Amino acid sequence: MISIQGLKKSFGSQEVLKNVDLEIEQGKVVVIIGPSGSGKSTLLRCLNVLETPNGGVLSIDGQKLDFNSSVSKKAIGAFRRLTGMVFQSYNLFPHLTTTGNVTEGLTTVKGLSHKEAVKKAELLLDKVGLADHKDKHPFQLSGGQQQRVAIARALAMDPKVMLFDEPTSALDPELVGEVLRVMKDLAHEGMTMAVVTHEMRFAKEVADEVIFIDDGVIVERGAPAELFNHPKQERTKKFLSLLQV
Amino acid sequence: MYLNTIALSPERIQRFQEIASTSIGPLIEGAIKYTIPLAIIAFSIGLIIAIFTALARISSNKLLRAIARVYVSIIRGTPLLVQLFIIFYGLPTIGITIDPFPSAIIGFSLNVGAYASEIIRAAILSIPKGQWEAAYSIGMNYSQALRKIVLPQAARVSVPPLSNSFIGLVKDTSLAATILVAETFRRAQEIASMNYEFLFVYIMAALVYWVICFILSIIQGRIEIRLDRVVGKSGGLS
Ligand SMILES: Nc1ncnc2c1ncn2[C@@H]1O[C@H](COP(=O)(O)OP(=O)(O)OP(=O)(O)O)[C@@H](O)[C@H]1O
Ligand SMILES: [Mg+2]
Repeated sequence: MISIQGLKKSFGSQEVLKNVDLEIEQGKVVVIIGPSGSGKSTLLRCLNVLETPNGGVLSIDGQKLDFNSSVSKKAIGAFRRLTGMVFQSYNLFPHLTTTGNVTEGLTTVKGLSHKEAVKKAELLLDKVGLADHKDKHPFQLSGGQQQRVAIARALAMDPKVMLFDEPTSALDPELVGEVLRVMKDLAHEGMTMAVVTHEMRFAKEVADEVIFIDDGVIVERGAPAELFNHPKQERTKKFLSLLQV
Repeated sequence: MYLNTIALSPERIQRFQEIASTSIGPLIEGAIKYTIPLAIIAFSIGLIIAIFTALARISSNKLLRAIARVYVSIIRGTPLLVQLFIIFYGLPTIGITIDPFPSAIIGFSLNVGAYASEIIRAAILSIPKGQWEAAYSIGMNYSQALRKIVLPQAARVSVPPLSNSFIGLVKDTSLAATILVAETFRRAQEIASMNYEFLFVYIMAALVYWVICFILSIIQGRIEIRLDRVVGKSGGLS
């Protein structure tokens, strides 16, 4: 489903991703862990092409983007539509209602009529448990509710893959569960997901594979039980001992 | 001191009443026919110029950026009065003659355009990067993200400073008197030059401006309360 080959990304002279190779199969949930600054967000942002890689080949659902040669804006736009992105800080559109946040992409990008878009938004908001809040503005919602709207907004575009960048890190502890529950449901429905998170319980319960990134390289990967209980690399051991899992 | 002898004798007060009743009509007519239309038309055109100038200034195209910067720099670095004189008295010497009112429209539009472009540019830059990214992440391109996500939010941010610009413009339109536009202040000059009651007539003109600006500031307050209610004090997260 997703294939990343030789992905490189630098900011100035700082190499943030050094030749990352990664495959994610259809319907699998991959959790990405690693120390701060190791390149986790950059990896997801490259998949969504919010950052332009300096090299490497990305391929999702058969569509390819080769950054070893020049890439057109149009190709980036089309590729971006394959992935849905959920940000740590939600980034909801504050001037739009909950429904508006979900319908905006449908009408503007997909060209749906207002009526069709609202219908689809209602289904999605119902799915994330926000049917009762569809006319509210983001500032009237709790963090957990906002993040669920953000998930609905991304899902509305029918992405092949969902990318989550620390979706619960900005939330009060009592609100984390409601967001994770929505993500779990998605996983069970067979959505392909790449999730950067510090929620180790979620990783253990939901992930098919855990990937440990340090300093821009994938240090180790494996099934959660395997990687958490029997890490092979020293760096992984050290990182996990700091997390106390 | 002649103050007591010529100041407020009963005859003088009587005269003021006559002047007031005969000149208030022309003053208000000047406001309705020229001051207000001039301000509204110039502000509308100026806003359009301002949006394009602001976009040019934040664009990745060097040439566009340079053109916009030079325009803003020239307008902000020269007196409005001089700009009006160049258009109305200067251009005819190279064969371009423009009537007073259109000259004023051109001058004030260009002027407002430059100042408002700075306001709009700052407003666009104040929208968090996460808003652009969220827009891109659901597949929008630059112009869609700009029109649907960033500009609506920037518009709300820029309403207070833009209303101030508009009120400033209403007052600045009095400079159009110097290029023969028969607006409020020019009417006052004409009236005063006939009856020599400069103080009284100019105060009346000042009152006309004040009433207009007072009404505008009330409208401004209403709009701001409304916008706060829509966007919420918390604004954008990220
Ligand atoms: N736009 C940018 N410009 C310059 N440097 C950047 C930029 N984005 C990220 N970096 C740098 O790249 C490195 C990796 O950043 P990244 O955000 O991918 O880390 P992360 O693993 O997500 O960390 P965290 O757990 O703190 O979110 C960091 O050193 C960061 O400072
Ligand atoms: Mg990060």
